[in-house]
Amino acid sequence: MSGVATDAARGVPLSRGVISRIVLPFVVLALSIFAWHLVVSVNNIPPYVLPGPALVAETLIQDWPILWSSLLTTLLTTFEGFIAAAVGGIALALLFSQSKWLERALLPYAVILQVTPVIAIAPLLLIYLPQQTAVVACAWIVAFFPVLSNTTLGLNSVDRNLAGLFKLYGASRWQTLRYLKLPAALPYTLGGLRIAGGLSLIGAVVAEIAAGSAGSGSGLAYRIAESGYRLNIPRMFAALLLLSVAGVVIYMALALVSHLLLRRWHESALRKES
Amino acid sequence: MVLTAHTSSEIAGDSAIRLRGVTKAYDGRGVALGPIDLDVQRGEFISLLGPSGCGKSTALRIVAGLIAPTSGEVNVAGRDASAQTGRAIGFVFQEPTLMPWASVRDNVRLPLTLSGISRFDADRRVDDALARVGLSEFGAAFPRELSGGMKMRVSLARALVTEPDVLLLDEPFAALDEITRFRLNNDLLTLWHSLGKTIVFVTHSVFESVYLSQRVVVMTARPGRSHAEIKIDVAGRDENFRTSAEYAAYCRQASLALAQASDMKAVS
Repeated sequence: MSGVATDAARGVPLSRGVISRIVLPFVVLALSIFAWHLVVSVNNIPPYVLPGPALVAETLIQDWPILWSSLLTTLLTTFEGFIAAAVGGIALALLFSQSKWLERALLPYAVILQVTPVIAIAPLLLIYLPQQTAVVACAWIVAFFPVLSNTTLGLNSVDRNLAGLFKLYGASRWQTLRYLKLPAALPYTLGGLRIAGGLSLIGAVVAEIAAGSAGSGSGLAYRIAESGYRLNIPRMFAALLLLSVAGVVIYMALALVSHLLLRRWHESALRKES
Repeated sequence: MVLTAHTSSEIAGDSAIRLRGVTKAYDGRGVALGPIDLDVQRGEFISLLGPSGCGKSTALRIVAGLIAPTSGEVNVAGRDASAQTGRAIGFVFQEPTLMPWASVRDNVRLPLTLSGISRFDADRRVDDALARVGLSEFGAAFPRELSGGMKMRVSLARALVTEPDVLLLDEPFAALDEITRFRLNNDLLTLWHSLGKTIVFVTHSVFESVYLSQRVVVMTARPGRSHAEIKIDVAGRDENFRTSAEYAAYCRQASLALAQASDMKAVS
């Protein structure tokens, strides 16, 4: 008896960590779904006002072919916008770090692009650009600024003594960039990219909704808008669910990349000392 | 800055470092250094000793070519300092100043990488430098995995890897605990004996300067000027020397000079 008791006691610290990190969120999820189900069934709420979780799941399975192809469309837009934001943001930050003049000339416009709500720019872009380009451009506009500002911060955070050392050994501009500035900026850039991943999804969705109201498109956001017009509320929920999952997966993928790149040296990726 | 052309016969002498009337002034903060004259013989170990903020680090950075003097003439290993390429000088900062994202090997290899030496040739020299500071087994480690003393050794190995004629050390052991500092002091002396390099060591510790160097240059504060020179003329430097009456006497002499130098600032 006592042996069993001590074994159980020894097992507590491990299982407590597992419970708090993995099991707890799922318990909350299950409870909320159950509460949702109760609210709908007890009050007899019709599905065109609020569908129950079972109906949403059913719709998800039933409409899977449509939703899946829409998801792929949205993810492709998000991915293109994200890549454009990453390349554009990092390239601009590098240009700014090489020339103060260029930074002073262009930074205000980067800020203007950032602070103007993209939902207001999207209809204009849809007039002047082909639809797919316009949608990607929207994703880019929302997502590139955190990459730019974080990378700029990182490039300016280089250790002064290390910079002196590079000077002492006669490093060229390119060598200083390659061996000093880029690695020093990497944790900051990765932080910017992590924000940009979520933002490019938002940009893609906003642009799709704007485009959808113009009458064409097939992304998830368009499905939501379309289902709204048809009062197909269960499908709206199913599409929304897919969008959330996509956002979470994008965030986790970028967090994983960041962790893998920084785990050997950066404080942010190291385990807490026990 | 006055540039003077020297004939080769002039620099063929034993002078490794020569400063003449060197000053450094910062806008709005007046003169920080000088005018100062300094001659360091080839293979000599000297210390610059002075209170904090006396410009001794500034002097060292001018010798390294990291900052330009406001006026005066700087000659290192027979060349004008403004034309320095890192080859002739090794510099150790107050902090280890390692790249946290690179392994110990890559950190030590950096000066060679920057001068375009192939990895194959570099690797042998990196091994050699790491062996000299006793870190052969830590090449794959990252800086954050090392203790403060070990990081400083990596920094020292990096300074040695180019086989420089002159080694400049800017309060390298100030942040270390006493036991580690004593050990690194001894290691530095061993390196100096085996490699015969010219060493300029900046410190605010009287004991360290007397223990290590053949000559202590005591500096005044603001502007930093050479106040006194003390020759430490002893043969063996080991734990016996550190506890000897001779060592204590030198330390007293250096302390007095340092106190005078600090008072001179108060008067002016």
